[in-house]
Amino acid sequence: MEKKPAKHILVPNHTKLSDSEAKQLLEKNNLRREHLPRIFISDPAIKDLDPESGDIIKIERRSPTAGVAHFYRVVSRA
Amino acid sequence: MFNASQPIYKKISRITFRTLSPQLIKGMSSAKIVTPELYDKEGYPVDGGLMDVRLGVIDPGLRCSTCGSRLKECPGHFGHISLARPVIHVKFVRSIHNLLRGTCSECSRAMLDDKKKKDYLAVLIKYRKEKPDLYWDKVAEIISEMNKVTKCPHCNAKQKLISVEKPTTFLDKASQVRVSPIEIRSRFEKIPDEDCELFGLNPVSLRPEWMILTILPIPPVTARPSITLESGERSEDDLTHKLGDIVRINQRLFENINAGAPEIIIEDLWDLLQYHITTFFDNNISQVPPARHRSGQPLKTLSERIKSKEGRMRRNLAGKRTNYCGRTVISPDPMLELYEVGVPTDMATVLTVPEIVTTWNIEHLKKFVERGPKDYPGANYIIRPDGKKKKITEETKEQAVEEIEPGYIVERHIMDGDIALFNRQPSLHRMSMMCHRIKILKGKTLRMNPAVCHPYNADFDGDEMNLHIPQTEEARSEAELLLSVKNQLISPRYGLCIIGCVQDALAGNYLLTRKDTEMPYNEGIDLLFAAGLDDFSRLPHKAKVSGKEVFSAMLPDDFNFTGESKALDIDEKTKEVIIKNGKLIKGVLDSNNVGHGAGMMLRKLHEKYGEDKAITLLGNIFKMGSQFLVKRGFTVALSDMDLPAAADKQIKDTLAQAEADVDTLIKSYHSKELRALPGRSRLETLELKIMERLNRARDETGKIVAEHAAKDSHTMIMALSGARGKLLNLAQIAGSVGQQALRGKRIGGGYQGRTLSSFPRNSLTPMARGFIKSSFASGMRPDEFFFQAITGRDSLMDTALRTPKSGYLYRRLSNAMQDLKVEYDHTVRDVSKRIIQYNYGEDGIDVSKSEGGGLDIAPVIDEVLGE
Repeated sequence: MEKKPAKHILVPNHTKLSDSEAKQLLEKNNLRREHLPRIFISDPAIKDLDPESGDIIKIERRSPTAGVAHFYRVVSRA
Repeated sequence: MFNASQPIYKKISRITFRTLSPQLIKGMSSAKIVTPELYDKEGYPVDGGLMDVRLGVIDPGLRCSTCGSRLKECPGHFGHISLARPVIHVKFVRSIHNLLRGTCSECSRAMLDDKKKKDYLAVLIKYRKEKPDLYWDKVAEIISEMNKVTKCPHCNAKQKLISVEKPTTFLDKASQVRVSPIEIRSRFEKIPDEDCELFGLNPVSLRPEWMILTILPIPPVTARPSITLESGERSEDDLTHKLGDIVRINQRLFENINAGAPEIIIEDLWDLLQYHITTFFDNNISQVPPARHRSGQPLKTLSERIKSKEGRMRRNLAGKRTNYCGRTVISPDPMLELYEVGVPTDMATVLTVPEIVTTWNIEHLKKFVERGPKDYPGANYIIRPDGKKKKITEETKEQAVEEIEPGYIVERHIMDGDIALFNRQPSLHRMSMMCHRIKILKGKTLRMNPAVCHPYNADFDGDEMNLHIPQTEEARSEAELLLSVKNQLISPRYGLCIIGCVQDALAGNYLLTRKDTEMPYNEGIDLLFAAGLDDFSRLPHKAKVSGKEVFSAMLPDDFNFTGESKALDIDEKTKEVIIKNGKLIKGVLDSNNVGHGAGMMLRKLHEKYGEDKAITLLGNIFKMGSQFLVKRGFTVALSDMDLPAAADKQIKDTLAQAEADVDTLIKSYHSKELRALPGRSRLETLELKIMERLNRARDETGKIVAEHAAKDSHTMIMALSGARGKLLNLAQIAGSVGQQALRGKRIGGGYQGRTLSSFPRNSLTPMARGFIKSSFASGMRPDEFFFQAITGRDSLMDTALRTPKSGYLYRRLSNAMQDLKVEYDHTVRDVSKRIIQYNYGEDGIDVSKSEGGGLDIAPVIDEVLGE
């Protein structure tokens, strides 16, 4: 049986931002890609998104303070 | 001198660290040191000795022969010694080993063929520019590749494996023959500059051969000053001692070499020189016995000067000593305001505040100077306009009075109303250091209002606290605006009052606001006055006023509040607390509303009326509570713990029943009837069930005690109001102490399957496993007493071990997070503007402006819409 950690109940939902969404995010927060936290390209949670280096991954986490919190990571090769 | 009006702007574009080359050492040296002697018979520094006057001066009166300046002007100058034989620098042993393995033993070239070398060099240059954080990983990769080569690609020489014999010896692994520093150095000299880069070395700032010392820089005497003891004897610095050893052995080595001594003797001396130079750099290297004083205490050499808590970084650069501060034992004084601190007169005659003399205050200040340093509101120093500080003594005080004129500064004793910072260590949060107003008091201790114990986490069992007196106008205003007690009322951790009523004040307010409390009108006035009020108009004119009415007289008349109390008001069924238009209509005020850490009413007062009013009101409420308790009288009697005979019997029955149930459980376990719960063994299941049953028994006895104990006993009042103690404590005193738990389990273990020798082997009964049937009041049986001692010792150890652990954890956290900052767009970022959180706390709420971490906007909307 193939294991899919991304589907596990404890793994928050990962999605890839489209180019326009990514641009919007960076502009809104006055960011460059190197300011973002990183996520390994080999991370099991984003395996099915076929990520490329430089993509921005949106993570929807459950938060004890805010209900749902969005977090963004940039895909990094190493 | 630096002129603040014309600052010099320089931007540092880069910093390079490098090692000293032999030429550089020689170049910066102003003296060659040749003798271990320090002083001659006259006590004058010997020429060519370690205290040579060319290395700087530490004696008043002498002049430095290098720069000609006197003590404190001369920064000190380096010297050098030439070593008779080269010696390995301990701190480079790893690099030396890498170089030995990665270069050819014959031709000294890096063991990569020309093409690979060119490729790697290009890669490294690229990495340095583009991925500096991965540069060293790449270097390590290249080094390990070169280490694996066994045959030189350039000269085809077969390579011998070289191993390190810690700390500073290199061996040919096959023959176990030593590779001497001379050989290593001559090999390193031949390594081409280009090849150095493959090892991550910049040949300009670090040539491989410089890792083997041939010449040693001698630090200036100003870096290792000697101390003159009271007896006139000189005590030299640890570094000087170490350098003396080095010079002595070096000279002996020179002599022996020149005299053509046998190789063994030379080798021994060489090793000794290596040892001394190793310990000169670092006296804490494993496998090297630390060099010691004659007294046996290890020398503090170069590394120890910098390293760890007592080193230069944490002791002198990250932390500094201050003047104008004091420290003593603290004690409580409920008559002080929250924002005051009581300072003993002894301290007040030492701590001072500078005041500039003007034509308007000169007469006023002259009186201080006249009284001198001993008579309390006096002065200790005057400072002339040219900055010269003069001490005022009993003899010079008249002269000082004559001398002062506008422009002088008088350092007068601190007085009532002066500003001070009050602090208790460990300073774990910002409320650990707050600004208080000074109040001079008799006695020898620092005094504080017991309500501010909580933010400082202080008690009065011998705690000491520190007091600092800000010296400039800027410091004072900053302290007052940012650090005042009133600014710290709301904790930024959970957004509620961190300061509130405690102990007496809680019990007092609870009793005062109970339904049945009433008093004559004049006593009500007395109470209000004692609480610090002078407007009694809000107290209704009646022969008898109720406690609630007296309390309400303190509140602002437009204050509305609904909340929930911890305790029930007498005869009332709900825990509701209602305040309407500044009148307490229903409910009692206990720790839920006026206590610290919870105090919802205090939070609302702060929100509505601001910090100034909130702190005065809190002060009033506090004083009102404790004053009421003083008038009413409050004591705890042993009879508070007495239960009616019926209740005693009930408790006994409950415990007997529990015991019987446990017996049945144990029987079912032994007869194999008991089924294991999923994921547990049968024994675990049994333990779980027994614990559950015994805990229920404890809760039941607790309930019985709560029901039958006198409702109006003072013990009960304390527990109900939240002033001190819980119902559980009362249950333990009057009912039963209950199960003693060790690491979440019943007490087990012991030798031969017995917890105590009075029990049968492998007994699982409650009695044999630490269940205490007796109460504290009735007294415990010996076996029960032992069980209690076991858990008592365990919890004591736990606190003793946890404190340093959590302290270190806190240090790591605060160091890691110290420069994270919430930006204007609500993101949390570090210094290089990298994102840590996209929205502060994920919900963007400033906790210090919230109530318990959240925001309730419904009441705000109600208020705006006019309810």
